[in-house]
Amino acid sequence: MYQYFYELTNSTILSTIFVAVFPLVNVLLVALLGVYLERKVSARIQDRIGPNRVGPFGLFQTVADFIKMMQKEDAVSNEIDSRLYNIAPVLVFTGSFAAYAAIPFSSKLIGSEVEIGLFYILAISSIVVGGILMAGWASNNKYSLLGAMRSVAQIISYEIPTAIVVLSIVMLTGTLSLDIISQQQTAYFWNWNIFGGAEFEIAKFLLIPFMVIGFLIIFISTLAEVNRTPFDIPEAESELVAGYFTEYCGMKWAMFMLSEYGNMFAVSAIVSILFFGGYQSPFGYLGNSIGLEWLIPFEQAFWFLFKGWIFILIQMWLRWTLPRLRVDQLMSLCWKYLIPYAILNLIVIGIISLI
Amino acid sequence: MREYLQNTWLGIYTVLVGMKVTFKHLFTPSVTIQYPEVKVPLPERVRNRLYVNMDDCIGCDQCSRACPVSCIEIETVKSLPTEDLGLTSNGKKKALWVTKFDIDIAKCCFCQLCVFPCPTDCIYMTNVYEYSEFERDNLIYKFATLTSEEAVEKKANLEKFNAEKEAQKAAAAKAKEEQKPADKE
Repeated sequence: MYQYFYELTNSTILSTIFVAVFPLVNVLLVALLGVYLERKVSARIQDRIGPNRVGPFGLFQTVADFIKMMQKEDAVSNEIDSRLYNIAPVLVFTGSFAAYAAIPFSSKLIGSEVEIGLFYILAISSIVVGGILMAGWASNNKYSLLGAMRSVAQIISYEIPTAIVVLSIVMLTGTLSLDIISQQQTAYFWNWNIFGGAEFEIAKFLLIPFMVIGFLIIFISTLAEVNRTPFDIPEAESELVAGYFTEYCGMKWAMFMLSEYGNMFAVSAIVSILFFGGYQSPFGYLGNSIGLEWLIPFEQAFWFLFKGWIFILIQMWLRWTLPRLRVDQLMSLCWKYLIPYAILNLIVIGIISLI
Repeated sequence: MREYLQNTWLGIYTVLVGMKVTFKHLFTPSVTIQYPEVKVPLPERVRNRLYVNMDDCIGCDQCSRACPVSCIEIETVKSLPTEDLGLTSNGKKKALWVTKFDIDIAKCCFCQLCVFPCPTDCIYMTNVYEYSEFERDNLIYKFATLTSEEAVEKKANLEKFNAEKEAQKAAAAKAKEEQKPADKE
């Protein structure tokens, strides 16, 4: 997509901005709709109605919230380390937004066609950890610091099972590029990695159970990485007020929320690319069957967003099902269960892919 | 090892059970009542805002005396014998002008003690419960049907009548006085 805009405008800066706009709009839409859906889903699960006053079905509730947030005074404590305090939300948002650079929304809509996309995403999303620690430390608040410490411990721990599962997919597909991984799972849904990949042979059927295990592990660990319930101990509102962003308000707080929802979509996208074919349609393309080539990228974008939202909905569903884990439970789940299973899974997938 | 595998299985299984429960609730109808549009029917003997039917009030002051928080204030003026105030709905004769009947509903404790002593059943609890106000003074409900001018007029009438009566009495006494010495002679 960058190449296309570069040929169009002949300016590196303009084409970079154009390329960055689409994921930004996506993040904003995810935050707007995500907050609304979160409230609606939570209400439905608790047999309530949820927001229904602002606009049709309460659809403009988030817009109203956002306008309220813009008007807020930027109340700041005297005791903060103001430089770090102000950088932290930007850094957190940058970390979660930068991941979108390598995510292919469709075969044409890719920010940057880097060949080490997976590696890049794993690396860049670690910036968030720094931002969170900064926010917690600079706030000069015990709750913030505790939240930040918990968050950092959690994110760093859960990066390991994520990375191991990603490694097993890389072993199978032989590439780090998210675009190529998506392309390999083309055509029908039985070519998706969760059903053993595109090659039709005995190994495909042997792989299915291990792929399901891999999917479960990466889903749980990415859930923990984006601090969602049941892994939301960094912002446990009943214990820590709001965790690392207790001292933030107004637009800076909104940046944290934005990055949270941006992260939610990013990890959903990664899981769907790795296991569920990314932007590939499960039943072939309408554009192919009626002979309209230009329709295919739009269909792909639709399927990609559709899969992403399905995973976001599952995350919300889980959030309103499970209670929060204790810190020790969280750590034992990661180190005693997920990592051993992930390593075993990696070894077994390696052996099967040799067949 | 067996315990480890069992824990793993239990973890996955219980999460799935929980998700099944919440999924069912996703489609059960909500229990929310959309309050201002839909209201819960009130019980039959509910106690809410007081109301006084002034057509029936005889100004006996019983409710005011029964009130434990003194939120009812009543002032009455006697009617003249020539005036006819009419009957209450249960046939009692009205004899007093009620010049003031104020209920400070902000003080009212909804005990319903004022309702029972009323001889004509003219003070009672209604089922109105949404009567918030921005000004505290608006919560003093004035039930008296007479305007303030009328009240002053009635008071003046009575005073005039009383004065006339006094004068008559005095005149009668004087006449008696004058008669007495005449008797002695």
